Amino acid sequence: MKRRNFIKGMGLAGLSATLPFSLVEVAWGMGSKPPEHEPFTFAYISDSHLTHIKGTQFTRNFDQGLRKAVMEVNLMDPKPDFVIYGGDLAQLGKREELDHGLELLSALRPPLKWVIGEHDFYLDMGEYWQDKISPLHYSFDHKGVHFVVLNSILTYEDWIAQWPTPMERMLNMARLDNPKGSPFMVGDEQLRWLAEDLAKYDANVPVVVLSHSPLYKIFKPWNFWTDDAEKVQKQLQRFHRVTVLHGHVHQVLYNQIGNITFYAVMATAWPWPYPVSYVQKPNRVPKLTVFMNRADPFHQRDGTGWDILDLDSGAVTNHYQLWLNENRTVAFDFKLKHPVDLKYQDPDKRIPPQFHY
Amino acid sequence: MKPGIWLLLAGLAATPAYSDEFTEEDLKRWQAEYMKVMQKGEKLFHSTLGTNQVSCDQCHPNGANTHPETYPKFQKQLGKVATLREMINWCLQNPLEGKPLPLDSDEMIALEAYIVWERRGVPLAPGKH
Repeated sequence: MKRRNFIKGMGLAGLSATLPFSLVEVAWGMGSKPPEHEPFTFAYISDSHLTHIKGTQFTRNFDQGLRKAVMEVNLMDPKPDFVIYGGDLAQLGKREELDHGLELLSALRPPLKWVIGEHDFYLDMGEYWQDKISPLHYSFDHKGVHFVVLNSILTYEDWIAQWPTPMERMLNMARLDNPKGSPFMVGDEQLRWLAEDLAKYDANVPVVVLSHSPLYKIFKPWNFWTDDAEKVQKQLQRFHRVTVLHGHVHQVLYNQIGNITFYAVMATAWPWPYPVSYVQKPNRVPKLTVFMNRADPFHQRDGTGWDILDLDSGAVTNHYQLWLNENRTVAFDFKLKHPVDLKYQDPDKRIPPQFHY
Repeated sequence: MKPGIWLLLAGLAATPAYSDEFTEEDLKRWQAEYMKVMQKGEKLFHSTLGTNQVSCDQCHPNGANTHPETYPKFQKQLGKVATLREMINWCLQNPLEGKPLPLDSDEMIALEAYIVWERRGVPLAPGKH
């Protein structure tokens, strides 16, 4: 393993002291499979939940999280080829919030790729997003890797139609523990598009799917759930290396289902608890996941952060940059055929209290 | 002993004979009273109690990660062993940028009732982080 400083020669000694990140390059993780593409990095920022108060006022803490992410990405060396925004830029989908997010993100130097979240969508059903920001689903190729962006936060027409106003619909979707909530889905139309899109690619091409919600089922009461996830997984089965990156859950979370590796990315707004901490309902939190520690839950930035990912091995190596916790690296282990936390996977090596009361 | 005292004790002994006879009506009433306060707490927990549009459930869906069964315990940011109500006030003042509630106010008791309800069945573990 080779370690190098992530910020170098920036003449920012004072600043770099407060930005404790370094990039760990995993050289041994490639196994017997040589990389078939030019290595590159991209960054991922997600779940900022910018909240409008009134006039030009926004919730300070959430603004600060996104500003910090933008600043850190701009200081990265090597520069990421692009940045993915993983959804939930706004809290209630208001134009004020989306415009404010665009303004804060306009300071980013690398180009942006957008994924829509439910908080951006359910006020106007994605109209403003499509006009001003991005299509809801699309795909692109980058240095030999096929990227697919899915809108995974669609839901059932009956649920959508029951609310008398757009804001009521938005508020009901925005509340995570809403017993009147509705599960997410990709939907048949998009699944047909996905089948056509993937048909053009050889099974050896590494595929990275970007969605807001996890494309598997974790915990329905909080909508850590995509109802037709299995249909998406089925379409991805024939590829040798598939990675799904998602936001929404605001925590370190990873899983392996068949050939598909799933990684959640951090939020810049606030951390969600792991569903195991709600004892009244059963959950399916992946056994692989080593929980994120919250040594100081009382600091605004604790339990939030962002990710930098590299595709050196054709599978994603995910560097979780936890702003007030030990940084974590989760990489695909070709022998075990699933991702492992390079430091904490062994239960004897965990730091107390890496579980929740 | 003087005769007057005997009379007083006899009077006291007459009432406790029935005090452990809980009727179904009693139980229903007590449960209903608790649930009424708990539901008020649930509403408060899902509303914006401070000045910045943030609500308790945003960090604590279903009251998760509040672990009321671990209080009283040392709270780093308060610098002392504190009760759940003091911690609720810290949240109101900091992430929610609002004012603290009086510790014995109806709203505070309602918030506590909701948080405790969501952790029903979990064994007490005072002092645990």
